[in-house]
This record gives sequence, structure tokens and C-alpha cells, in this order.
Amino acid sequence: MLRLPTFELHKPTTVAAALEAAAASGPATRFVAGGTDLLPNLKHEMIEADHLVSLAGIESLRGIRLDGDDLVIGPMTSLTDVASSELVQERAPALAQAAGVVAGPQHRNQGTLGGNVMLDTRCQWINQSYFWRSALGFCLKKDGTECHVIEGGKRCVAAVSNDSIAPLYTVGAKLVFQSLATPEMIAAGAPEGVQTRPVPVDALFKADGAYNKKVGLQELLTEIRIPALPAGHRGSYQKLRLRGSIDFPQLGIAARLDLDEAGVIVHADVVAIVVAARPVRVKKAPDQLVGQTPGTPGFEAALAELCDLATRSVKALPNIPGDTEWRQRMVPVLIEDAIRACV
Amino acid sequence: MAARDQHGPGAPWPEEGAPELAATNRSSAEGFRAVGQSMRKLEGLDKATGAAVYADDIKLPGMLHAKTLRSPHCHARIVRIDASKALALSGVHAVITGADLPTKYGVIPWTQDEHALALDKVRFIGDEVAAVAAIDEDTANAALKLIEVEYELLGAWLDPAESRQNQLTDERPAIHEGHKHGNISKRVELEFGDVEAAFEAADVVLENDFYFHSSTHAAIEPHCAVARESADGLLTLWSSTQITHYVQREVSRVLGVPQSRLRVIQPNLGGAFGGKSDPFSLEFVVCKLAQLTGRPVKMLWTREEVFYAHRGRHAMNMRYKSGVTKDGKLTGVSADILIDGGSYSSFGLVTTYYSGQLLTGPYDFPAYRFDSTRVFTNKPPCGPKRGHGSVQPRFAFEVQLDELSEAIGMDPIDLRRVNDVGEHTETVNGQRVTSNGFAACLDAVEEQSAWKERRGKLPAGHGLGVAGSMYISGTNYPIYPNDMPQAGIQLKVDRSGLVTAFTGGNDIGQGSSSVVRTVICEELGVDSADVRVVAADTDLCPVDLGAYSSRVTFMVGNATIDACRNLRKLICRGVAEEWGIDPSRVFLGRGEVFDTENRGNPKRNITTRRAFEIAEARCDTLGSTGSYNTPKLGGDYRGGSIGASPAYSFTAHVVEVLVDERTGMITVPNVWVAHDCGRALNPMLVAGQMEGSAYMGIVEALFEDHKVNRFGLHAGPSLLDYPLATSVDCPDLHALIVESIDPEGPYGAKEAGEGPLHPALPALSNAIFDAVGIRLRKLPFTPGKVLAALDEKRAREAASAEEAPSC
Ligand SMILES: Cc1cc2nc3c(=O)[nH]c(=O)nc-3n(C[C@H](O)[C@H](O)[C@H](O)COP(=O)(O)OP(=O)(O)OC[C@H]3O[C@@H](n4cnc5c(N)ncnc54)[C@H](O)[C@@H]3O)c2cc1C
Ligand code: SF4
Repeated sequence: MLRLPTFELHKPTTVAAALEAAAASGPATRFVAGGTDLLPNLKHEMIEADHLVSLAGIESLRGIRLDGDDLVIGPMTSLTDVASSELVQERAPALAQAAGVVAGPQHRNQGTLGGNVMLDTRCQWINQSYFWRSALGFCLKKDGTECHVIEGGKRCVAAVSNDSIAPLYTVGAKLVFQSLATPEMIAAGAPEGVQTRPVPVDALFKADGAYNKKVGLQELLTEIRIPALPAGHRGSYQKLRLRGSIDFPQLGIAARLDLDEAGVIVHADVVAIVVAARPVRVKKAPDQLVGQTPGTPGFEAALAELCDLATRSVKALPNIPGDTEWRQRMVPVLIEDAIRACV
Repeated sequence: MAARDQHGPGAPWPEEGAPELAATNRSSAEGFRAVGQSMRKLEGLDKATGAAVYADDIKLPGMLHAKTLRSPHCHARIVRIDASKALALSGVHAVITGADLPTKYGVIPWTQDEHALALDKVRFIGDEVAAVAAIDEDTANAALKLIEVEYELLGAWLDPAESRQNQLTDERPAIHEGHKHGNISKRVELEFGDVEAAFEAADVVLENDFYFHSSTHAAIEPHCAVARESADGLLTLWSSTQITHYVQREVSRVLGVPQSRLRVIQPNLGGAFGGKSDPFSLEFVVCKLAQLTGRPVKMLWTREEVFYAHRGRHAMNMRYKSGVTKDGKLTGVSADILIDGGSYSSFGLVTTYYSGQLLTGPYDFPAYRFDSTRVFTNKPPCGPKRGHGSVQPRFAFEVQLDELSEAIGMDPIDLRRVNDVGEHTETVNGQRVTSNGFAACLDAVEEQSAWKERRGKLPAGHGLGVAGSMYISGTNYPIYPNDMPQAGIQLKVDRSGLVTAFTGGNDIGQGSSSVVRTVICEELGVDSADVRVVAADTDLCPVDLGAYSSRVTFMVGNATIDACRNLRKLICRGVAEEWGIDPSRVFLGRGEVFDTENRGNPKRNITTRRAFEIAEARCDTLGSTGSYNTPKLGGDYRGGSIGASPAYSFTAHVVEVLVDERTGMITVPNVWVAHDCGRALNPMLVAGQMEGSAYMGIVEALFEDHKVNRFGLHAGPSLLDYPLATSVDCPDLHALIVESIDPEGPYGAKEAGEGPLHPALPALSNAIFDAVGIRLRKLPFTPGKVLAALDEKRAREAASAEEAPSC
């Protein structure tokens, strides 16, 4: 078996203590939730951490509740609980579906929604042992200078691969992060102590697979907030993978349609993952679908057109293992399936 | 010794009241008490409850942990190794390199080309270069990073076609410099009958290219070895091997320790499938390190290391040409095969022969030629995987048969019936075939799959396909030539009522020790709880050649019968003396011992345990030996004995498939597997082997791919990147046991461990044709390939629609 490197483990029971432990231990510190992503990455020496701050003992980070109009999910809630929650199924069906198809059953019992949101990017040239990576001279994301996906590429294009993120995009989720004010922040006028900052999920990512998030490693995700959605909200998540279980997505498509009382589409959104370092929103989706009524020839034509158009903006790269051409070919197929599952 | 006194299908005692039963045509239950019973595996509960001890469970006082430094280059010369920094690290006890173990080894004596640690050259990424023993794994790993190795890089051979061209240069020398034929590992050309004339005589001749990719065994237990040297210089090696005997021979030779002072033990094994049938680097290394440090040493490979060690299925490029008359009779077959061997020979010599020699059944064709070439490439070495060397040709040929049946408009099952080679006959290459249940296998899958009602009539995207095969039950050729038994066994019995068997047979989960138990229960009439089997310990057990070529049930089973019958003689003699009667009057079996001519006398109707007591008193301490050797077999030509088996098993599959034309995804709802295993000694174990084989074949076709990327690096050496089907993806497997009762097998039994894999892949391809009209001749069947073939088919249809005259 590959060995886990040694590290110091902190076991705080409050958010404040977790933030303090992280701040005190310096930059080589990681939060660990279920550990199903972090521990393999540590074994592969893809991430180096001297300190791990476990979130397992912080009760306030667990659970699913309503707060006014918002559905609030604690980041330490297991994927199994998210998938089987009636509240989530009712208010954000695509998220429940996505949580239910992450990895295998054991991973979903252990893995959390917060860990899934904060999942590292993936690439066929990086998610391997140190020895393996050394044999090809490493790569940009860790220890090396070249990218093996894009020749001469200067930026890592490892794929955003977290199933939950596409549905969270479509429901307009807000992620709440907390951190301790750093001396620089205080110097810039921020108050001392715990800072809270809500980040709309579609503002979380940047197009750099080396680290694809705009929040720092010392920022702790404390809440996933999903606003109230209209009564006619429909959502679906479609995942491409060879096996019926365990596998990471080779492509993921979330679709949202809100229908009014007359059955006319008033809101449409389609988001793709596992193509590049950040999720890709199919911008043409509302143009094509809003105003259409499912079941009519107009809707059918608009859907066909959308699937066609989407292949221009959703471009699969040979970043993850598997047949890139096939993944690309499945873009319109999965979009069609996702939209049809909504109506 | 058995074989010279073959046991065949009968029970040892006369049937009471029943007329003398004919040697064949006995149903499983007939006359038997233990044979034919579905008994739980000997070690089943221990494995299920976690109590079983595997190699990695062994922890000895003072034990050190060893790790291997591997080559990051696929072809390079070693210029310099400096281990001084590693040796200086606190907690490191020893570092060894190739120079410490300079003797070459290899499982086949004629092609020994491996070193435990590279001596002067590395030949693939992952090749072993140095090893460290330290107080724990982390220290050993840290020490590896301190070893400095300077390499001189050489050009890589990654394409087998290039290796065959063999254009050697200074920058890109042969992988094994000094090898007589450069990068050609082995070539076999054989011809039987006049193939050209055969094609002339055919109504239809088809010729096509096929490709079979490489796949690995993926046994759940990674390789592990532990060694200890006692103060008086006796070495003990515990290893997760399926060939204790060959490991003992090779380790003894390389380390210069007499075999009598090297004890090799195989603990419980977590699967092997052929992946543990070579001697491996770690076995030599832990022994050497134990000698050097005076401490026990363990090495456990990571999953990644197991992928590098490989010895999995050879990739093959195959061109097949076959002719058939319009009545469906095959006239001749011709094959040209290029085999990608990877970096070392392993079993490659045998693989090259098997790729041609094992195709000549279950169908009879009067003319056959093959030309097989195995080449070296800078990739992990290939070797034997379940169905060694014959799964690939079988795939190509059975798909070609389907195409032939389509061409002449004959049902593919009927085509196979027409060409059935039959029983008690000889194949075109001179292999003796005795029992043959192939026709019954075809009947069984035809009926159970509702073939007649459904094949060719299912809706688009839904199809059925058939294929057949034949496989060996061991071969008559021991890996190193010798006249000693291929299987030996020893029995010990005493007044407690316990029977202990000592067998060299490697139980790798296939149930060989359980077969020994069944035979003992049958022959001595004891309860299964009163039998112990001590297996695969070279100090305690007589030699058996190991678990490969599906030889164990046949050979160890026969050896066990032999030993039991020797023991029966003793016991019956003792009892007869006690009762003052002739030994032929003593019935011993089914838990009872009585005088057949005076059964009513309660004094002459005793328990088996009492009989053991009497015999121990009258005949001395009780024990016996038994053995098996094959009769002389095989064609009278060079290589004619390779692939010659004392009995062949037969299999037919029908695979049901669903093909999604939008995504190219393939689902297999059902596989019907009919297998002629001679006699099912333990039907549950036979069915388990049949299901496991079919599963393995289907998964190889759909998911697995042992790919080496452009760096010469294994593309994904983990069980995440190398996908095996989970239970969700597993078809419903229907095991249909066919019993042909072999005249020489133990009670008529033959193999069941490898044969049932073969037809899975071609039957799947043929089912895909039935479902969507595409011929997939290149494995694996990925969704991308399915879509590409569908595109091609549509284009073809559109073109021919355009050409067709309009009316
Ligand atoms: C075999 C296998 C298959 C998998 N298949 C899939 C799949 O199909 N789809 C998929 O999406 N994932 C998959 N995963 C990845 C993983 O299991 C899931 O993404 C899971 O949800 C991660 O959650 P976790 O709690 O285990 O995260 P962890 O491993 O604990 O953490 C993941 C990352 O998030 C950070 N983090 C965790 N919690 C917080 C927080 N509250 N605030 C800030 N940062 C935080 C950690 O520091 C770490 O960098 C797979 C993993 C394995 C081993
Ligand atoms: S895309 Fe892949 S190869 Fe390129 S830098 Fe990122 S991880 Fe490395």
C-alpha cells in the first residue's frame, strides 16, 4: 500500500478553533473533511501538508436545514445524507441526483458536500504516485514546468471534476467562507477575528487547474446556501462514466428549467463540468429555451439547436483519462438527456 | 503412480446390488457420497470472517521492511549507482543492487533473462534497480529517494511491429543485447495439411485482421513476501505465489542455497489468475536481505508495483484466414500472429506455441498453419493470464466463424455443430482428445438463452451471440524436463480419526485443497470435518508443479485417489486380519466399514475411526503416498508436446447484449456459460469458476486496458484508472455444468478454471453484430469504437443505397 506521509492532526470542535489552528500552522495546512480526496492526494505527494485540521468534530458544520427562504447545507453533511434528503430532493433535485452518483456508496458515506465543492482538479498526468510522475518529468501543476495536455501550455487545464458543482451553479448557490483576518487584512482596515464572506458559486472558480479556486486555503467553507426556487423549478444532472459506480465523471451536465403555470419555460440554465479547469456555462441555453413550451415542435427545434450550439463552447480536453473524442461527442447527448429529464 | 494406472471415473468399491456400472454415463450422484456435493471451500469461512492469514499478515519479531527502487526510464544502461547516502540513513539495515544477485533466472529454463535487480540495464519503467531494508516502510521509502542512479538513456521499443523489424542501432540496441534474434523473443511456424488446397476447396474464404489488447490479472491481494534465516542458516520464504516449487528452485539457484535448506510456504492467497506464476524479484530480494541483515524481512508491493510486474495477457495482432464449404464444413485455417511480449521472456516461449497449438478444437479442420512471433518491447513483461495464450486467437477465430456462418447463411450454433471434432479422436496437430461434451454445451446455451426464438429477431440494439472453445487440463510437459511425478501427495491417518493430506498443490482460491478433501472423503468415507489439508509448504509436502495450465484438479485429484487407494489397502488389510477374512470382503466407505458377506454381524460393522485404530495396531503407523504423471502425449514434431493435455475441457457461451446507439455504451444483461468439466467434483466450486471466468472475459472486453502511454509509462496503474466491473456492472451469469466423464480424470473430472473464459469475448462481439450489425474485431469494445463502427456502417449503407438502381 502507498504510505500516508506524516503530519500533525488537529481536532477542533468549533469553527473558531479550526480557523485558529489553520492560521497557527502556516501555509502547509489543509482542512480535512471526509478525506476521500485529500488522503489519496497526500499519498501521491501531489499535496504536501504538515498539518491537517479535521472538521469531523465540528457539529455546527453538519446538517440540512431551512433558514428563512434559504436551504442551508452544512459542508460536513455526507453525500449520502444530501442525496437522500427530502428537502434537497424537493428544492434542488439536480443536487440530490449529483450527490447520489459521486464515487461509490462507501465514498458517499465518508465524503462530504463541502469536500466535494472544494475538490481538487483532476488530470491523467497528475493523479498518480510520485514515482509515476517523476518518470515523465512531472508537470506544471506540481513539481514540474511542462503541461502534457497542451503542448507548450503555460497554464494547467486539469479538469474540475466535482459532480455537485454543476447543479450548485444552476440553482445559484452561495458559499459562505470564514477565515481569520490576516495582518495584511487588518492593516487594510478589516476588523480582527473571524471574517465571513459569501461567494456566489459561479464566482468561486478560475481557469487555472493548478488551484482553480479564488478562495485561499485558510478559508473555511461553513455553509452552502441555496435560495428558494420557484414552484415550477426542475433540475437534472447527467453523468458520463464507463462503470455504473465508483468512477469520477468523464463529463457532467446539469440542467435547470423553471416553468410557469402555463408550462412555458421562464428560466433555463445548462452547466458542464470535466471539460476544463472550471465549470462551463452554456450561455445560449436561455436564449434558446426561454419562452418555449416543452412538447411543442418549437421546443424540439430549440433543443436541437441548443445541443448543436453547445458543442462549440463545451470543448473536452485530453486532461482526464479516457476517450476525449467520445466525451466531446457526448456533450449534446447529455445536454439533451438533462433537458428532457426536466420536462 | 497414477496415469500408468489411470483412475478414471469409478468409485473404488463395488456398487451394492447394482450391476457393474459402465465406466461412462454415470450421473454425478450415482454411487458417490462426497463427489458431486457442493461443499463449502476449506478456507471459506476463514476468508469471509477475516481470520485467514495472508502473506502480509505475517509479522515476525525484529522484522524489517523492504522497498524497491524502480527505473523511471523504459530503456537505459545503468552507469553508476551510489547508495551511500541511503545506507547512512538511520534505520536502514541494508541496500542491495543487481551486483548482489547477479544470477539470471526465469520460469522457463531455456529463456532465463531476468535479474532480481537490474545488473547493467533497465528495460521498462518500473524495472527493479535496488532494494532497501529498514526498520519500517517509511524509512525504507525515504532511503530509496537517497539512492543515486546515473543512467545512459537508450531509444525505446514501444511498437511491436518495429521490434519485429529488428533494426538495431547503437542508440537503440536490442532490449536483450546478446539475444540471438535481437528483439524477436520466439517464433513458431507450424503447418498441418495443405492449407492452400483447403482454401481452394472452400466455397467462402474470409481473411481479416484482429487485435487483442493487453490486460492484467488484478488479483485483489498484491504480491508480498517474507523471509527469515534461522541461526543455523535455514531460509524460510513465505510468498504469495502459485508456484512454490519453481520459486524454491529458482531462489535456491540464484542465492546459492541448497533446496533442502530453503523452505517455501504459500500462505492464503488473495487471487492469482496466472499473475503469481513466475518467480518475482521480491522473493529473491527478501531472502538476500534476510541473509545480510540477520533479521526477517518483508516486502509488500503497492498496487502500482503489481501493475509493473504484470505478466498479464499479451497483446496480439492477428490475421486469420479461414475457408468453409456451403454446408458449413471448415476446410482450413491460417493465422499470422504478432505477440507483444513486453520486456522479458517469462512464459513467452509457451505463449507463442499456445497461440497456435490450442486452436485445433473443438472444431475439426483438415488443414492448419500458423506463424506466431513474440517480440520484446520496453513495457511491463507479459505472461500467463487465465486462458494463457489461447484467449486471443480464440477471440479472432470465433468472430471469423460467425462471419463465415453469416456468409453461407447458416445458424452460427449449427456451424459449430457441423465442425465438432467429437470424442476419442485426434486433432489436426496431433492432440489426443478423449471425452468431449461440446455438443451438449451448445445444446445447453441454445436452449437456456432461447436462441432459436430470439437470435436475429430481437429489436434493434438487442442481440445474442455464441462462441465455443476448448482448453487443456494440464499439459504433459513439465516446465523443466524430468521423469519425476508432476503431482505428489502424502496422507497421514491415525487413531483420532483424522486424515491429513500433504500436497504441494497451490490453492490460489480456485479450491484445489477442497478438491483433495472431497477425494479423501469419497475414498476413505470420512466426514469432511475430519480432513485437514496442508498445502504448498516445501518442507512438509511432496512436490507438485503448481497452479497453472489448469492442471491441479486433474493431476492432484488423481494423485490423491492414488494415495487414498494405497491407504485403503492398508486399512482393509488390518480389518480383514482382525476379522479373519479376505481383504476383498471389507467394504470401506460412506462412513462405514463392514464385511460384505456378513453385514448383519454387528461386530463386523464398525466406524471408520475404529477401522483406523485396528489398522494402526495391526499395520503400524498409517500413511501413504500417491502421485500422478501424464501418459506420453502430443504430436511427433518439435513442440508437439506443448499444448498436449491428458484431457480437454469444452465450453460454449451465449452472450446477450444491449447496445445504446446514441452513446455507444454496451450492457450485458446475461451470459449463459455451458462448460464440460468432465465431472463436477464440487459443483459449487465449478460454477464459481465458470462465473468468475465469464465475468473476467466480459470485463476484459468492455473495461480493462493495460495501456502504455507515449512515455512508455503504464497509463494508469491503479484500480481507479484500470477499471474492473463492480457488482453493478456485472451480468447475470448462468453456469450450466456439462459432465462428459473423462476416462482418465479423477472420477472423470477435467478443468474448470480457465476454459470457461474463452468464448466470452467473441460471443460478445458476435452479439453486438446481432444487435446493431457492426463487427468489432479490435478489443476493447469502448463506446467510442462502437460509435465509429456505427458511423461507418451508416456511411456504407448510404453509399450502397445510392449505388442501388432505383426502380
Ligand atoms: C475512488 C474514488 C472515486 C471518486 N469519484 C468521485 C466522483 O465520481 N465524483 C466526485 O465528485 N468525486 C469523486 N471522488 C472524490 C471524493 O470522494 C468526493 O469528491 C468527496 O465529496 C470529497 O469529500 P471529502 O469530504 O472526502 O473531502 P476531503 O478529501 O476531506 O477534502 C477535499 C478537499 O476539500 C477541502 N475541504 C474539505 N472541506 C472543506 C471546507 N469545509 N472548507 C474548505 N475546504 C475544505 C480539503 O482541504 C481538500 O482539499 C472520488 C474519490 C475516490 C477515492
Ligand atoms: S493539465 Fe494535467 S499535465 Fe497539464 S499541468 Fe495540469 S495536471 Fe499537469
